[in-house]
Amino acid sequence: MATLNDYLLVSGLLFAIGLAGVVLRRNIIVVFMCLELMLSAANLSLIAFSRFNTVNGLPDYNGQMLVFFVITVAAAEVAVGLAIIVALYRARQTIHTDELTSLKG
Amino acid sequence: MTLAWILFYLPIAMAAANQLVLRRNPLVPYLATAACGVCFVISLLLLGANGTTGFSWAHIGGLDIHIALKLDHLSTGMMVVVTGVGFLVHVFSLAYMKEDESVNRYFCGLGLFMFSMTGIVLSENFIMMFIFWELVGLSSYLLISHWYHKDSAADAGKKAFLCNRLGDFSFMIGVLLLWGISGSLGFEGLRTWANDGGVAAAPATLLGVAILCIFGGAVGKSAQLPLHVWLPDAMEGPTPASALIHAATMVAAGVYMLFRLQLSIGAEAFAGFAGTTIAWIGGLTALLAALMATQQNDIKRILAYSTLSQLGYMIMAVGLLAGEAGMFHLYTHAWFKALLFLGAGAIIYACHHQQDIWKMGGLLKKMPITTATFAAGTAALIAVPYVTSGFWSKEEILAAAYHGDKFLFSIATGVAFLTAFYMTRAFVVTFLGKPRSDDASHAHEVGPIMWVPLTILALLAILSGYHFASDLLNATRPEHIANTTVLIASIGTLILGFGTGFTLYRGRDKDPLSIPLFRERFYFDGIYDNFIVRYFQDAFAAIIHFLDELLINGLLVGGLSRGAVSLGNVFRKLQSGQLQGYTYAFGLGVILVVYFTVFL
Repeated sequence: MATLNDYLLVSGLLFAIGLAGVVLRRNIIVVFMCLELMLSAANLSLIAFSRFNTVNGLPDYNGQMLVFFVITVAAAEVAVGLAIIVALYRARQTIHTDELTSLKG
Repeated sequence: MTLAWILFYLPIAMAAANQLVLRRNPLVPYLATAACGVCFVISLLLLGANGTTGFSWAHIGGLDIHIALKLDHLSTGMMVVVTGVGFLVHVFSLAYMKEDESVNRYFCGLGLFMFSMTGIVLSENFIMMFIFWELVGLSSYLLISHWYHKDSAADAGKKAFLCNRLGDFSFMIGVLLLWGISGSLGFEGLRTWANDGGVAAAPATLLGVAILCIFGGAVGKSAQLPLHVWLPDAMEGPTPASALIHAATMVAAGVYMLFRLQLSIGAEAFAGFAGTTIAWIGGLTALLAALMATQQNDIKRILAYSTLSQLGYMIMAVGLLAGEAGMFHLYTHAWFKALLFLGAGAIIYACHHQQDIWKMGGLLKKMPITTATFAAGTAALIAVPYVTSGFWSKEEILAAAYHGDKFLFSIATGVAFLTAFYMTRAFVVTFLGKPRSDDASHAHEVGPIMWVPLTILALLAILSGYHFASDLLNATRPEHIANTTVLIASIGTLILGFGTGFTLYRGRDKDPLSIPLFRERFYFDGIYDNFIVRYFQDAFAAIIHFLDELLINGLLVGGLSRGAVSLGNVFRKLQSGQLQGYTYAFGLGVILVVYFTVFL
C-alpha cells in the first residue's frame, strides 16, 4: 500500500521536472506544457491529501473539489495561453524565448 | 503731533492706494499731487514746532529701536524744502509726464520717495534714518529706471543702486561704531552723551573712523568722490524726478545727515583728521565736477555736474565745522537747482526730447518765460552779488573756507569761477544765437502747468536768501561775516567767469574748446569699468561660477543625478528580458520564502 509520502514524492518530482522545463527549455510550447505539468503536480498532492485526511471514515472531498476547479481553470488558461502563443508567432515569427527579449532594460 | 504723523504717512498711503486700488485710473496723478500739496501745507503749519513722538518698534536685549518723529528747527525747515520742491515737481510732472504710458507708476515712485525722504528728515535715531536711507535709494532706483526698456536707463538705475549700497554699508558700520562708542543711537541720546564729556573721553581715532564711516553714507548718497559716478548717469530718469531727487532733496540728505550728526555730538568731535578728510573730499569733488561740467553737451548732465560741485561745497562746509553754512546753501540750492532742472525739463519738452545744447539755441524769443526763470536760476547758481540767494549762502561757505583752510579757499574760489563759466556757456549756447536744429526752431513756450512752478521757484531762488524768507523757513542762516577779501574774490571770479564764458561762446555753432580729459570725466568711468569692475566683480564672478560648477552643479545636483543613474544601471542588469531568467529568479524567491517561513 502506497503511503502519503510516496504520493508527495511523486508530486514533488513532477513539480521539479516541470520547473526545470520552464526554466531550461527555450521552446515556448514546451515551457507551456511544463507549466501544465506543475499544475498536475499540485493536483496530485491535493488528491493525496484528500485521500489520506479522513473525516468520519470518509476522505475530505474539499480537496477533490478544488482539483476539479483547478482543472477547469487550467483548461481555460491553456486556451488563452495557446491563443497568445499563436498571436505571438504571427507577430514575431518565432516561439523561441531567447529571441523574445524586447523587455530588456 | 498728529499732524506730523499725517505728514509721515500720507505719501505712502496715497502711493499704496494708487498702486493697489486705483491702478490705471486717470485720477492718480492729481491725487498724488493733492496729497503732496497737503503735505506741504502741514509742513508750513509745523514750522518751528519742537518735540518728539514715536513708538518702540523693536526691542532686542538692551537695545530699543524707536520709530519716532523728531521736530526741531532743522527738520521742520528741511521738510518745507522737501515738500515745497516736491509739490512743485508734482505739478510740473502733471504736464511733463502727461503722454507717458506708465505715468501712474511714476507718481507712485514719487509718493514712495516723499515718504522715504520725510522719514529721513524727521527720524529721531540713526536706525530709523538708515531704514529710510535705504528706501530713498530704492525709490531713486525706481525713478531712474522708469523707462526701463531703454538699456541706458536700466543700467543707470543699477549703477546708482550699487554705488548707494556701497556707501550705505559704510554708513551702517559707522552707525554701529558710534553706537559702540557712545551706547546710544538716538540724536538726543548722542547729545546727552556729548554734553557729559563723552567726546573728550572717547578714543579720538576710533571716533574719527566712526565719523568717516558715517560720512561714507553721505559719499554714496550725496555722490562725492569717489562714488560720484552714478549721479550724472541718473539723468536717464524723467527730468522732474531728477529735479526732485538728484538735485534738490535726496542728494542733499547726506549733508543733512552729517549736519544732524554735527549738531548731536558737537562740532568739536569733527575736528582733527575726520573733518579735514571730509572737507578735502568735498573740495575736490567741487573742483573736479566743475571742471567736468565745462565740457558737457547734454543740458541735464551740465546741471548734474553742477549739482555735484555744489554738494561738494556743502560737504566741505560741514568738514570745516561750518555746518550752518552748508545747510543754508542746501536750502537755497534746493530751490534754484530744482528751478534749473525743471527749466531744462521744459526746454527738453519743447525741443521734442532734444538734450544736446548745441542742437538748441535761440530759445530766448520762443520761450521767454522759461528763459527768464532759467536766467534767475543761473544767476542764483553763479551767485550774482546781493540780489540772489545763492550769493548769500556761497559767501558763507567761502568765508568758512577762508577762515578754515586757505588752500581750500583757493579751490572754492576756482570752483566759483568755473561755475560762472560753465553756466554762462550753457545759457548762451541754449538761449542766444540762432536755432541750430529743427527741434529748436519749432519749439514754443510750455503751458501754464509748467511755467507756474518755474516762476514760483524763480521767485524763491532770488528771495530765499533774504532774512524774511530764511527766518520764516527757520533756515539756520548764520550771521553774515563781512569779509572784504571773500567778497572781492567772489565778485571777481563771477565777473571773470561770466566774461570768459560770454566772449568765448557768443555766436558759436560748435564748442571752440576741446579738452578730452574734462569731457571724458577724468576717465573715472573707464577706470571703474576696466579695473574695479573687471578685477573685482569679474574675479568675484569667477569664484561664484567655480562654486556653482563644482559644489552645486558637480556635487549636489549632478552628484544626485549621477547616483541615481548608477543605481539604475545596477538594476538594469536584472531586467535581462530573458523569460526564463525571470522564472528562475521567481522560483528562487519562492524557495527562499518557503525556507524562511517553514524552517526558521
